[in-house]
Amino acid sequence: MAIKLKSKEEIERMRAAGRVVHKVLEQCRRMCQPGTTTREIDEEAYRIFVDQGARGLFKNYPTYRPGEGFPGNLCISINEEVVHGIARDREIQSEDIVSIDCGVELDGWCGDAAITVMVGSVSPRIRKLCEVTQGVLHLAVDNIKPGRRWSQIARLMQNYAERNNMSVVRDFVGHGIGRTMHEDPKVPNFWSKQLYRNDILLREGVVLAVEPMCNLGKKEVVTLADGWTVLTADRQPSAHYEHTVAVTADGADLLTDGR
Amino acid sequence: MPKEEKIQLEGEVLDALPNAMFRVKLENDHEMVAHISGKMRMHYIRILPGDRVTVEISPYDLTKGRITYRH
Repeated sequence: MAIKLKSKEEIERMRAAGRVVHKVLEQCRRMCQPGTTTREIDEEAYRIFVDQGARGLFKNYPTYRPGEGFPGNLCISINEEVVHGIARDREIQSEDIVSIDCGVELDGWCGDAAITVMVGSVSPRIRKLCEVTQGVLHLAVDNIKPGRRWSQIARLMQNYAERNNMSVVRDFVGHGIGRTMHEDPKVPNFWSKQLYRNDILLREGVVLAVEPMCNLGKKEVVTLADGWTVLTADRQPSAHYEHTVAVTADGADLLTDGR
Repeated sequence: MPKEEKIQLEGEVLDALPNAMFRVKLENDHEMVAHISGKMRMHYIRILPGDRVTVEISPYDLTKGRITYRH
C-alpha cells in the first residue's frame, strides 16, 4: 500500500490526459440519441483517441495483448447495467440512462472519468438517481482537503446516497491513478471498519479516481457470463459518475473537467 | 430545581486532544474544548479532525462542551 505522490508538473500532465477524456465524453454525450448503437459511440471514441495521440486504457485490459481482456474502447452501461458494459449493436432508446466510462493514457500519464447521460425525458425517479449520484461525487470533491482521511468523506457520500433512498454499490470502488489506470489506494464510496484500519490520509499530491455508483434498488450486483458486464441483481437502474481528482494545498482539483 | 437549559450548536473538529477531548470550532467562530458523550464512547464512534459535530454547552461555561452527535 504505497501511495505514489505526484508533483505539480506531473499533475499538469495528467490534466492533459484528462482533457482528452473530457473531449471524448462530451462527444459521446452529444451522440447519445435514440437509435444510436453503443458500438457507434465506441468507434467514435477510438477515432478521438487516435486523433489526440492517446491510447485507450480499457481496450484489452488487463493484459493489453491484442484479442485478450476487455473488448471495447469505452465502458458503456445502459440502465440496469452498473459498469463495464461492452459496446454492441444495442440501440439506445428514449428514456434510457447511458453511463459512459472513459480512460486514456497520454504521454505516459492517465486520466479516467465517467458520466451518465439521460436520453430524452427520463422518469423523475431515474432523474433523481442521476442527480443524487452526481451530488455524491460533488460532495466528495467539496470535502477533500489535505489532512482529512478518506473514511470521513466516504461516510458523507454513503449517508447522502442513503438519505435519498439510493444504495451504494459495494463490489466496485474508486482507485488511485497515475502512470497506470489502477494504483493504490482503493477508494471506496462507503464506510467500513476495514477502511478505518487502512485509512487514506489525504495530502498534497494524492491523485484519486472517485467513482460513486448508486442503484435505485438494492446494492447487490451480478456479473454476466461475458465476464465483464455488471448488472444490478434486482434489475433496477444504476448511475455512475467519475472524476480524476488531485488533492491540492487548499482542497481538490478536478483533472477531467476539460480545463 | 430544574436543570439549566443546554445550548446545542454545530461545529467542526479542529484537533484531537488527549483523553478523548477535542478542540471544536463552532459555526459562530467560537472555539472550545469538548469531550465525547458517554454514549458515543460506548459505541466507539470515532471522531477525526474535520468532522462536523453537534455540541452541547452549558450557558455558565462557554469554554467547555460535550459532543453528542457526529454528522
